Amino acid sequence: MSILEESFSGIHKKLHNKELKVSELVDASFSRIKEVDDKVQAFLTLNEEAARNQAAKMDEAMGTGNTRGLLFGLPAGIKDNIVTNGLRTTAASQLLANFDPVHNATVMDGLEEADALTIGKLNMDEFAMGSSNENSGFYSARNPWNTDYVPGGSSGGAAASVAAGEVSFSLGSDTGGSIRQPASYCGVVGLKPTYGRVSRYGLIAFASSLDQIGPLTKNVEDNALVLGQIAGHDRRDSTSADVGISDYLSSLTGDVKGMKIAVPKEYLGEGVHEGVRNRVLEALKVLEQQGAEWEEVSLPHSQYAVAAYYLLASSEASANLARFDGVRYGVRAENADNLIDMYKETRSQGFGDEVKRRIMLGTFALSSGYYDAYYKKAQKVRTLIKRDFDQILEKYDVIVGPTAPTTAFKIGEKVNDPLTMYANDILTIPVNLAGVPAISVPCGFSEGLPVGLQIISRPFEESTVYRAAHAYEQAAGHYKAKPEL
Amino acid sequence: MERISKDQVRHVAHLARLSVTEEEVDTFTEQLDDIIEFAEQLNELDTDDVEPTTHVLDIHNVLRKDEKRPSLDREEALKNAPDQEDGQVKVPSVLE
Amino acid sequence: MKFDTVIGLEVHAELKTDTKIFCNCSTEFGAPANTHTCPVCLGHPGVLPVLNQRAVEYAMKASLALNCEIAGETKFDRKNYFYPDSPKAYQISQFDKPIGENGSLEIEVDGYKKNIGITRIHMEEDAGKLTHDEYDDHSLVDFNRVGTPLIEIVSEPDIETPEEAYAYLEKLKAVLQYTEVSDCKMEEGSLRCDANISLKPAGQEEFGTKTELKNLNSFTNVHKGLAYEEKRQEQELLSGGEILQETRRWDDAKKETTLMRVKEGSDDYRYFPEPDLVTLYVNEDWKSSIKATIPELPDARRERYMEEFDLPAYDAGVLTQSKNMADFFQETIDEGADAKQAANWLMGDVNGYLNSHDMELADTELTPSSLAKLVTLIDKGTISSKIAKTVFTDLMEQGGDPEQIVQDKGLVQISDEGELKQIVDKILENNPQSIEDYKNGKDKAIGFLVGQVMKETKGKANPQMVNKLIMEGMGMDA
Repeated sequence: MSILEESFSGIHKKLHNKELKVSELVDASFSRIKEVDDKVQAFLTLNEEAARNQAAKMDEAMGTGNTRGLLFGLPAGIKDNIVTNGLRTTAASQLLANFDPVHNATVMDGLEEADALTIGKLNMDEFAMGSSNENSGFYSARNPWNTDYVPGGSSGGAAASVAAGEVSFSLGSDTGGSIRQPASYCGVVGLKPTYGRVSRYGLIAFASSLDQIGPLTKNVEDNALVLGQIAGHDRRDSTSADVGISDYLSSLTGDVKGMKIAVPKEYLGEGVHEGVRNRVLEALKVLEQQGAEWEEVSLPHSQYAVAAYYLLASSEASANLARFDGVRYGVRAENADNLIDMYKETRSQGFGDEVKRRIMLGTFALSSGYYDAYYKKAQKVRTLIKRDFDQILEKYDVIVGPTAPTTAFKIGEKVNDPLTMYANDILTIPVNLAGVPAISVPCGFSEGLPVGLQIISRPFEESTVYRAAHAYEQAAGHYKAKPEL
Repeated sequence: MERISKDQVRHVAHLARLSVTEEEVDTFTEQLDDIIEFAEQLNELDTDDVEPTTHVLDIHNVLRKDEKRPSLDREEALKNAPDQEDGQVKVPSVLE
Repeated sequence: MKFDTVIGLEVHAELKTDTKIFCNCSTEFGAPANTHTCPVCLGHPGVLPVLNQRAVEYAMKASLALNCEIAGETKFDRKNYFYPDSPKAYQISQFDKPIGENGSLEIEVDGYKKNIGITRIHMEEDAGKLTHDEYDDHSLVDFNRVGTPLIEIVSEPDIETPEEAYAYLEKLKAVLQYTEVSDCKMEEGSLRCDANISLKPAGQEEFGTKTELKNLNSFTNVHKGLAYEEKRQEQELLSGGEILQETRRWDDAKKETTLMRVKEGSDDYRYFPEPDLVTLYVNEDWKSSIKATIPELPDARRERYMEEFDLPAYDAGVLTQSKNMADFFQETIDEGADAKQAANWLMGDVNGYLNSHDMELADTELTPSSLAKLVTLIDKGTISSKIAKTVFTDLMEQGGDPEQIVQDKGLVQISDEGELKQIVDKILENNPQSIEDYKNGKDKAIGFLVGQVMKETKGKANPQMVNKLIMEGMGMDA
């Protein structure tokens, strides 16, 4: 077994007992990448030299009694829409193929303080727009459980790299399910924190009112550990909440006795594959056996979430992506005769079709004469969806359902049909609109591919999400399964 | 019913500074029309008395002090610029 | 056929904060290109704006000073357009909930007073600076100015003549300077003005088609541009032509407006609420604490000067037009100068010097204390008004203590009757013809004689005394 398949506590015990060096960990990470990344294609950029140097320094410092961060020596992969000072950051777009940042995302400062090591930058759908990784401007990441299948998206590289044992953990971002859906498809744990829990400073914005950074790990405990290092108020992000961080680890009590679970009927209805539904019902049984109670409820507006989401997210994106104009950074189209041509050629050559489609949709939804009918209408529907969640979460501790209606699909299967692709996010999108925290934990397999269980709770109650997820995970044990590559 | 015309697609592409071939105009018109049709299901909901949500959290009055911090060195600020001259970013002429 | 003119002005004023509106870069003017930038104002990927409290407070202060209602709830919006000086390709501005609304400003033109409505005042960020290289046909961008806080002040279309427009701008500038929220230096771009103008048949309710004027880089040019455009539109309409909705540029060299572009419908800026910034609530406490910082405004100061120093309305108006001048005047009096004398000096020689040298009071070496001393020296008869003018030039250009200058240069007035009488007698002796002329009714001859005495004394003779002595010397009654 690769050392990277061990939990953080296992690795830290070995480091502490001097059975393991940080440089060996980093070595294991790069060896594994060399071994399998041809197939998985999770990475866009490696940080090998810097990571190895840093590991050597950490090993030297081991004996000196310096305090160690909680993520000491752990190899981390970073989704490529998180800005890393001095390490190429592309958001998987050809437009940013040469972008060398001069600033760091706040989460990167958090990881640095916790002594984690950045191994490289992870593949994704271009600018986080997609659910399959097929919209990467470079190459598609693949599902480690079957490389003919998509790893999900947009944080496909983040989920695949953890599942393939290339890194100890990764950071992804979630705008409409982009952490949870790939976590579900790749059989790993992925958390989308409450909106405002983790600073967005340095996250290349897709939809500013929905985006959140979150961790992807092999188990719930590791996930809670990473969140503790990246969460918190940041003065550089006006939308980050000044709410104290819980000790997430201490919430992992294994005790869910009396926990009230709501299961929205919309989350197990039409369109949800049988294999997925069965795994979720089995999971509910496991939770029941541990003393939790569940009831069927309704989130009546969830059917409208996808439509509202695409209008809102695309509108915000149309403005957020306007800065990629070839003036101050990025790949400028050559030989443009005039300014307008320079803009148009740079953007048309640099952006892929899905990005263009969403920019056009958003531009249209905001344009004069359509704003009220589309953008404002969608904002109002967002209010209704949030109200649904508020009402249910007043009575119940958590909402549970599948993360995605299906398991991973085959590469190329949906690529020409944007609407079918969008429908895949039907169970994750409402959560972003409501701003609440949610996790995807592995809950078994359907036809050889992983299924994810989604657990949702109230704003800033990541600890409740973790408590339920951890209790379930430990009882069911699905997280132990590893793909053969 | 046509929800978005080819001319509108061309206009929107221009507003968004995207160049589109006639073939792309056809594809985008069709796809955007589908998406907008799909979005129009929102009209089933009566939202007359519903306030729009811009911010999901109730955070307000986030302000910072008027205190100077060091700026980037010019070299650092311009290091990603595709073209520069005399410490300035160079672009095709803005005059038409 | 007679026409009514309708003018609306949009004024952008940079706020005098230390740092930019959404980042901690300096707003200092004149730094080398691209040395006051950071990832935030350069619009690098992933960055976020954080609002400068002082910028908000200055905008509130200006709004209150211009009699606006302050919004209880205000927010920012994105205004989308592509241009190389706008790094994010959207400007963070305020669309439907500006900080101030429904204000007004009283102006006075040719003796009549009038209120000009202020529709709104909103906050926004400034753009960078573009320069054009004609040889190589490209443009260069300096991002230092990007993100400097601005307020945009939009007037109601209440202005009816170019003179009113000029008076409105002068008054607006005065208020912004008195409240110390902006430098209002047009030459540095910290105050900028766009004007809309349309004509309609006299008495008609409905407005005509308006044109927008750009490149109005001084108040005088605003006046000239509007006057030109008023005439152009009138002639066009009288000859049966049509006014198109277009943007025109004031060409200062040709003294005319030229077409920049015809507007097709309204620009589609796709405004929407800025998701990266949160709502701002302004409660009564905050509002009153800002209100308390507003100093005496130009109108109040003018009233006070009229009463306290017994100045005519016109003089008090000129002296309070700019805060610098008003403060200077006040301090000169505090230093012991006679109010009327001080007023005359400031309105006459000082303003004349400033105008002819295109300078601001602060750019000269003159201080309230030196002007007060100069005035006192004249009062006491130590120097003549004529000598005072040469001392004045020294004070403006080199500064210093007037008494010292008078001493060093030996400029003290000769008021010793015995000494002067000797000189007068000598001049009279040498100019019998002039005496003859005077006696024959040529009054001018006396001026010649006085001039000769002054020449002899290098201008230092006490003029009243010289007059008296000449008359006496000719045997006339003084």
